[in-house]
Amino acid sequence: MTSLSSDVAAAPRTLMRFDRVERSVHWLNATLFLLLLATGLTLRGFPGTQWVGRRELVKNIHVWSGLLLPLPLLAALCMRRAGRRLRDDLSRLGRWTLDDRRWWNRRRRGGVALGKFNPGQKLNAAFVGASLIVMPVTGWMLRFPDPFSNSMRRGATAMHDWFAYGLLFTITGHILFALSDNEALRGMVRGTVSERWARRERPRWHAEMLLEASAAEDDEHENRSGTASARR
Amino acid sequence: MADKPLKDLAPEWAQPSTPVTRRVFLGLSALGVAGIAVGGAVADWVNRSPIGRAASSAGVADLIPLGEAFRYYTVTDGFPSRSTAKYQLRVHGLVDHELKLSYADLASRTPTHLTKDFQCVTGWRVTGVHWTGVKLSDLLDEAGVQSKGKALRFTSFDGVYTESLTLDQARRPDVIVAYQMEGKTVSTEHGGPVRLYVAPMYGYKSCKWLDGIEVVDAVEPGYWENEGYDVDAWIGHSNGRDDKPV
Repeated sequence: MTSLSSDVAAAPRTLMRFDRVERSVHWLNATLFLLLLATGLTLRGFPGTQWVGRRELVKNIHVWSGLLLPLPLLAALCMRRAGRRLRDDLSRLGRWTLDDRRWWNRRRRGGVALGKFNPGQKLNAAFVGASLIVMPVTGWMLRFPDPFSNSMRRGATAMHDWFAYGLLFTITGHILFALSDNEALRGMVRGTVSERWARRERPRWHAEMLLEASAAEDDEHENRSGTASARR
Repeated sequence: MADKPLKDLAPEWAQPSTPVTRRVFLGLSALGVAGIAVGGAVADWVNRSPIGRAASSAGVADLIPLGEAFRYYTVTDGFPSRSTAKYQLRVHGLVDHELKLSYADLASRTPTHLTKDFQCVTGWRVTGVHWTGVKLSDLLDEAGVQSKGKALRFTSFDGVYTESLTLDQARRPDVIVAYQMEGKTVSTEHGGPVRLYVAPMYGYKSCKWLDGIEVVDAVEPGYWENEGYDVDAWIGHSNGRDDKPV
């Protein structure tokens, strides 16, 4: 028991940043988003995409990817145990602490203890979340325009366009930020980050993880002594 | 930076906080839904503004949703391409003399100039597009339509796109076989080197990559009509739309 815990302390410690469910949802979303982006730009006639042709096929891929995209997220959120961390992420993303405000307002960011996400990530999530509502609604109107008036169709087209360009902008930023920080990227690829990264970049989350770990250890202790006393 | 000891850091959920992001999320969602009602008018306003005009004339309207832009549709793999040198238009079917016209043959005939809005059935419109071409009625007179001839069937060298018009529709003065757009040979994306331009109807009637005009005895619905669009595609009076006629 003692030898085991010293082994753990000696090895460079890692913390679980995104569990399997969070990562699966993320990568399914990413794949479907890229499909939507590629087919969407083609349908919009973005220069260089005209040669693709096959409008009906491209349209069907776009519509089906769009219908599928929200499903992994919704399914994961509904899973009672497996969706726990994902639901926890959502409630973290929704609110700003005083530290978040300070980080956002001030150039000098030392001494600010961020939680699991920084305010930029939170705002990105707000925009992506709004897009998850606006894009399916307007997309539905473009696919089945019959019940809608001309001006509503034009409004839906404009909103679908503008939110798509907003997404193109924020997701490009998201990818660039991820590529500029290997450790953060690893958090979404393999699920873990080093303790050093966590302490430096997300001190408050790091502290939470330590608390959680010690709580789990206590639980384990209680369980062990519980079984031991039961044996006795 | 890491001057605070870790044990002093309370969990994020135990911190005083305000739902900033949640409000942004709700605000943006509301904006998007409200935009369905007013977005068309806003887009019009932006397109007519100096910024929109600049975007259109600089050609960036293709890249960003600013200004008016054509959207290109092709129904086959890629865009069919044919040089002006190799181009040939056949006028055949129920005619007295079959015509085989090169690009130069068309360009040497009396030109008709039309500057009109281009209106797509999906909603986009590009104002004041300048077309140059030959009146379809001139070509029909030249070929001599037989009395059995009642309608036209247009074919495209993409091998798939077809269109139709009645003879009465085809004889309107604003229906031309266009070989120039904005003073230049019609580009491949726009259906060049030669396309039909039926000004009073939605864009899909203006058959792109035109290579055949066949006089037939009855209207045969074309490609887009088989996809569910109206055969008589008058702008503002068909396809359940109320656009301003051009």
